[in-house]
Amino acid sequence: MTQHAPGRAAVDAALTAVFREEAGRLTAALVRFLGDFDLAEELVQDALLEALQRWPVGGIPDKPGAWLLVTARRKALERLRRAGVYEKKLSLLVASELHEVEGEADDRLELMFTCCHPSLAREAQVALTLRAVMGLTTQQIASAFLLTEATVAQRIVRAKQKIVRAAIPYRLPDPNEMAERLGEVLAVLYLTFNEGHIASTGGRGERRDLAEDALWLTNLLVRLMPGEPEPIGLLVLMRLQLARAMTRFDMTGRLVLLQDQDRGRWDRVAIAEATGLLDRAIQAGRPGPYQIQAAIAACHAEAGSFEETDWEQIFLLYNRLLTFWPTAVVRLNRAVAMQYVSGPAPALAEVDAIAESLRNYRLLHATRAQLLRALGRTNEARDADQRALLLTSNPAERSLIQSRLSSN
Amino acid sequence: MKYMLLIAADPAAGSRPEAQQKELSERIFAWWGAQTEKGKILAGHQLQPAHTATTVKVKGGKAQVVDGPVYLTDGPFNESKETVGGYGILDVADLDEALTIVKSWPGNNNFEIRPVIERA
Repeated sequence: MTQHAPGRAAVDAALTAVFREEAGRLTAALVRFLGDFDLAEELVQDALLEALQRWPVGGIPDKPGAWLLVTARRKALERLRRAGVYEKKLSLLVASELHEVEGEADDRLELMFTCCHPSLAREAQVALTLRAVMGLTTQQIASAFLLTEATVAQRIVRAKQKIVRAAIPYRLPDPNEMAERLGEVLAVLYLTFNEGHIASTGGRGERRDLAEDALWLTNLLVRLMPGEPEPIGLLVLMRLQLARAMTRFDMTGRLVLLQDQDRGRWDRVAIAEATGLLDRAIQAGRPGPYQIQAAIAACHAEAGSFEETDWEQIFLLYNRLLTFWPTAVVRLNRAVAMQYVSGPAPALAEVDAIAESLRNYRLLHATRAQLLRALGRTNEARDADQRALLLTSNPAERSLIQSRLSSN
Repeated sequence: MKYMLLIAADPAAGSRPEAQQKELSERIFAWWGAQTEKGKILAGHQLQPAHTATTVKVKGGKAQVVDGPVYLTDGPFNESKETVGGYGILDVADLDEALTIVKSWPGNNNFEIRPVIERA
């Protein structure tokens, strides 16, 4: 949230809350009604922009959802007039009493699966989800990701055109596709969360907190799919990270490593709640990558000190994670746990085995540096840190590596 | 909803033992026949190998005839030079149905699925 006068900040917060709840519902209902994703989303954006102008002045209406619906309908009428042609879909909307739209059940789950369809590029999935499901404006998305408005606008326009022209369906996936398709949705939410949690480029500054938005969306997903354990796993993972977020940076904005964090400031209540939630999810007996990552985060969050960390358990959990995601990045993370289970030498051998495929990944080099230093190979450690520095644009990470380079 | 399936040539087709290649081709023909019978595939052909292709390029308003195919190298599957090996016209409800059908393809080919513009 940007810093304005207190009155404006309160209005902004209220607007954000209302948009989050209403925008997705309205988009979902209009897509169902019009059968045209592009048009429905456009009308909702028109209505939201009008609300952005009017509500800060005149106050938020008692029934904001109904207000937006009526406005969207009026916007449809304006478009009809402007176009000067008979457009069947729009005139249907204008002529309708809209009772059916208003009375429609919550379609936001369908909306999420459409926005996160695997045929759309990841960045388009993210932008579309934030806009269609949460009601973020193009400008808000652009500033959150440090992109130009034109870039985001084009991304969204193209994605919406593809949904319409390639006939990407607006419905829940078939049961045999569900696990894979749900994985797409979860990946979009986690990417959005991480963009807020620690931005990979640029300073935090006045950027909108995407972590907060992603958390809200994941909560919504959990509510809409109560029987699914994986969304709960992601929710727990996010909550555990947020419960420890305040110790991740020092007073000067520099990143603090896990072993140096002040665990006394972690939110113990939030950690206990999150791990309790995870225990219930695990009882479903359907493990998945997000439940496993949440379990790894729980191992860290529950350790009273860095020395008390249950690395054996973490190592085993990474082995399980590898069965779902057999990637070099997961192996790299497992190598960190391996260091504490079997020592730095085998961990380094493991890191070297994946070095080629991750040669442009900053954490590969940062991890190598750490292991080389533990083995007393200081010069090689410096080289590895230099490589990591070249590949890092995040200022907090840069200053951490720089302080390591200058201290020995 | 109609889609054109652009089917990339199987890069391993030439290096497979003959019996194995024959068996694979038979499975593909059977698949194609079944989809056609269900009305999912309206038309389509396998194409002669890429070295039989002729490319026509327009340069300065003038057509230039060049030996050889257009390569499909700038896509998500650009590890080797690919050429078009065949095409089909699919008639299905939506992209998900198209994807389900393409994923059941018995061969070793990459696909591009492109919606067809239908003019009334």
